[in-house]
This record gives sequence, C-alpha cells and structure tokens, in this order.
Amino acid sequence: MSASPAPALLIDDPAVLVEALQRQGWRVIGPQARDGAITYDPLTPGATLPKGLTDTQEGGHYRLGAGDPGRWFDYVVGPQSWKKHLFPSRQKLWEASRTDDGFAVTPVQDDYPKTAFFGVRACEIAAMEVQDRVFDNGDFADPGYGRRRAATLIVAVNCTRAAATCFCASMQTGPRAKAGFDIALTELATGTGLLVEVGSDRGAEIVDGLDLPRANAAHRAEAEAASAAAAAMQTRAMPPGMAGVLAANLDHPQWQVVADACLSCGNCTMACPTCFCSDVEDVNDLSGDHTERWRTWDSCFTVDFTYVHGGAVRRSTASRYRQWMTHKLSSWEAQFGTSGCVGCGRCIAWCPVGIDITAEAAAIAASPVPKE
Amino acid sequence: MARPKLAVWKFSSCDGCQLTILDCEDELLEIAGALDIAQFLEATSEVKDGPYDISLVEGSITTAHDMERIKAIRAQSKVLISIGACATAGGIQALRNFADVEDFTRAVYAHPEYISTLAQSTAIADHVQVDFELRGCPVSKHQLLELITATLAGRKPHVPRASQCMECKRAGAVCVMVSQGTACLGPVTQAGCGNLCPSHRRGCYGCFGPKETPNAVALSARLAAQGATPPQLRALYRSFNAGAADFATESRRHD
Repeated sequence: MSASPAPALLIDDPAVLVEALQRQGWRVIGPQARDGAITYDPLTPGATLPKGLTDTQEGGHYRLGAGDPGRWFDYVVGPQSWKKHLFPSRQKLWEASRTDDGFAVTPVQDDYPKTAFFGVRACEIAAMEVQDRVFDNGDFADPGYGRRRAATLIVAVNCTRAAATCFCASMQTGPRAKAGFDIALTELATGTGLLVEVGSDRGAEIVDGLDLPRANAAHRAEAEAASAAAAAMQTRAMPPGMAGVLAANLDHPQWQVVADACLSCGNCTMACPTCFCSDVEDVNDLSGDHTERWRTWDSCFTVDFTYVHGGAVRRSTASRYRQWMTHKLSSWEAQFGTSGCVGCGRCIAWCPVGIDITAEAAAIAASPVPKE
Repeated sequence: MARPKLAVWKFSSCDGCQLTILDCEDELLEIAGALDIAQFLEATSEVKDGPYDISLVEGSITTAHDMERIKAIRAQSKVLISIGACATAGGIQALRNFADVEDFTRAVYAHPEYISTLAQSTAIADHVQVDFELRGCPVSKHQLLELITATLAGRKPHVPRASQCMECKRAGAVCVMVSQGTACLGPVTQAGCGNLCPSHRRGCYGCFGPKETPNAVALSARLAAQGATPPQLRALYRSFNAGAADFATESRRHD
C-alpha cells in the first residue's frame, strides 16, 4: 500500500461506504453488537452498523451500553480481534486417505473471498503488522495467511475516545493510524460526519466512486485533535524499557505474586491480537483409512504446551505467566524486531480476574532484583 | 484379526453417558463394525462372556456390591475407561460426601432399613486402576468417538485438559463473566462440552470437572468481589463434580 496524496473527504454516513464495498463485490466484516459486546462478524447486505453505543472497560470487566445516540464509533476494541479471520482458530491443513500402496494427501481449499475489514483500530493495524512478521515473513511463511492478508482491504477507524484499558499511546501504535490502511475514517463532532482519508490506490478507487465533498484544513485539525484527546485520556501506560527490565528479572518475586492470582485459563492469549501459537492434531476416522490434520489456537498457559517425553517443562503457573509476558514484551523483540504488545488492553479486560500487564510490568520495573 | 471386544458397564448413574454412545447415530454402525459389542445392556440383552479388550464404565461406586463388581470387571478388562462425571468424580450423588447419608435415606425412603449404601459416592479410579478418564455430564459425543478411535488405533486420545475458556474463545463466544458479571466455572473447568452454557449466555456449571492446574481460590475471590456469597460459591462448586478433589476442597472453604 503506497501513501496517496489524495485529499481528505467527508462522509455523513459510514454505512454508505459499507454498501459501496458490498456493491463492488467485497465481503465486508465489521463491528456488530452481539451478546453484549462488539464482535467482528460478516455484515450481511442491509445489516446496520451499531450506532449510539459505548463501552466501559476495566480489569476483568466489559460492558456495552448506550452512548451519544448520534455517534457511530464511540466504542473501542472488544473481545475479538481480526486475528480470527486471518489466522482462524481452527483450520484443516490437509487430509489423507489410505491407498493400495500407501496414502494420498489432499490439500484443503482455502476459501477466502476478497474481504474488507471495516472499523479497524490503529492498534489492530499494528497487531496485523506484528503477525505479518510471524506468518508472512519469506523464509518461514504461512501461505494461507499471506493469501488472506493480501485479499484483505483495511478500512480503519481512528479512535476518538479510549477505554480505561487502552494503552496504545505508550506503545506508539495509536490511537491514530498513520499507515497500513486503504481508507481511514475519523468521526468528527456529532452530526458533522466523518473525515475520510485514503491510504492506497485501491482505497482511492472505492472512495472516488462516492463523489464525496472535500474536507478542509479545519476538519483535518479537528480529527487530529480528537485522536490526541483519545491519547491524552489513556490512564494506563506500559513502562519504558521493559524488554531489558524483564530479561534481567527472570527470578523476580512478582512472578509468584501474579501466579497466585492467575487462573492459567489462557484467555489473555486467546484475546491477544498478536498471540500466534497453535497446536496441530491428527484426527483419523474409526476405520483408520482417512485422516485429517487440524491446526487450532493454543496457549502457553496450558500444561500440554511444553509437554515433551516425560512431562511438561513449565509446570508452575509462575513459569507460564513469565513465559507469556517475557515473550510478549522482551524476547519478541529479538525474535521479530518489534514488541509483541500493541497496547489494545484486551488481556486486561478479558482476564476473568483482571490481571493487568501494565501493572505487572510496573511492579517489576519498580523493584528490580539487584544483580549479584 | 478378530474385532476387539467392547463391554459397557453401569454403576450409580443416570445412563446419560451410555445414551451418548447410542446418540452416535451416524457412527453407530461403524462402531458396531469396528468393535464386537459383547456387553451393553442399555442397547442389547445379548451378553457375551469376558475377557474384554475395552471396558467403558459409567457410574460411581456407592455400595459394597459395587466395590466387588468393579474389581471383577477390571480383572476381565484389558483397557478400562471410566466415562462421565459419576465414574470420574462420584457424580451428583457425591453430595452425600458432604453430609450424613443416613439423613438422606431417612428423609427419602419409607423403610430406610432396606437401604444398603456406602457413606460416600466415589470414582472408579478410587477402587481400581483406570487407563483413561473421559469427563463430562454427560460425556461429549465428539470426545467419546475420539477416545474409541484413538484406542482402536493404539494412540493417545486428543482430549485436552485445558480450560473451558479456551474453547469459548476459539468459538468466538463472548465471555459471560467479563461482559455481564455472571458467575462462571469456565476458568477452572476442563473444556469439552462445546461451550454449551456460555454460548447461551449462562455461566459454566463445571460439568467436565476441574481443568489441569485449576486456581479455584483466585476464581472464588473474584466471584466474591462481584457479589457471590459463601453459600453461592459453595453451591457453585458442589454440583455434578462435587466429589472431584479440587472442587470439593474449594467448596469446603465456603462451608
């Protein structure tokens, strides 16, 4: 996606853009209010975008409720991330059948039509770019992921408010998307529409057909200010330099403190938009003549995750929490050249007991174990 | 090669797990083709003598007679697999373990003197060696088929002991504990049911028993902070898997 010099435009109703995408043959996946939360599901033709909703989030707490009825995007990230579409939670890799002289492998058709993700937040674009380094990296690429990613158009929504669990500003991943989108929307003062920015040629093609009015400098300034306000209202932050701090504090007593609270349930890793671990399972039928290989989301919080002959390596919850957090914030940088955390706050909100990664980081940073 | 002989046995139970075998409608003929069903009174009165290659045991041990019978079954079985919450944890009838069973027999029966029962309802593994425990109230059809298939293929069944939360999240179910403050045992319960209750906006009742390394103390602390009282917490852990050690210990903390 190349940066486009196209001028910013204005749109009154974001649903017009959804309909335009659908008319042009895009499957649109976007926010839906389902089961008391914002989820990312395919928008059937005629489906309405949620409006007038806002969320309240804290450690282990999420409530979707009524907000300003005139506003489209006053909620922020919910329980799911776009990961579930690019890296499905359960996926058949191949199947095989017994033949007279061995077995024959049948590859699986990966049916992913051209798809527009509608309403992608800046931290979520950052998360996709983190997963790109894991799955779409040349030497060890996952071809299915690469195909899905290439067939996906990104319509970003810049946040104009933050939840109490958000800390993207401290991770430098938001709240304003600088790149990585085809089209970006920023909601202006209630009732005055949304700023439309174009980030790629294919984004421009879609927007050109809508005959939208041009935005002026004041609109742009207002959008920038709204994003700045969303950054300023963030109450959580990741302390700086955690990669080094954690690497130097592998025996810190805080690991046991957090383990006493941790359920080792795996919710943080499932909700995280960058966690990428999977398990592979062979499923044969009763006759033994047919088998399938399935890949499913796995978590470093399970015992089986480190099972080798004779037992599991990480038996204690302290060792498993430490693995997750040090990988996310420290060894990820050595492995992939970025932090594995984008500051979306899902691991805080969707932890049933509200464990807060920023608080855990701060506790260790505040009392490092002295070097012997 | 002769087909492996399968026996299905019943102890104190509701028969729901045996019905799950019969509920494998599409696969039932294939199961009958792969296995010689030698003993399965729920399905057929035709009975063949042992020994048996695979015994599936439903139900808990609640009488002195049960204790003798399970030993005889073990002696005739190459592989013995206990199926369901009764067989793996004592079932709902293990509520007696937290009370005086004679109080129950006096309250329920006109002639309690005819009742000969043990003070405790216990799991099969408390009495004989069990090769695999399949959890659930009732067991899951999918896991049961995987268990039979894996046993026939001579491999370990893929039945993860991780949390119910993993299954909910993979399915895209919205967490009821976080999004509506519902008391849910999912974070301490083994997955496998197909997230039946959470996908209907109900909390998990723990039908599949404690997961690996459960931290029920931390979960209870959170539920208490959300308003659960000690009697509510006790009742939460004291249902179909009341007798499972991790749930029993936690429920006693709220007595």
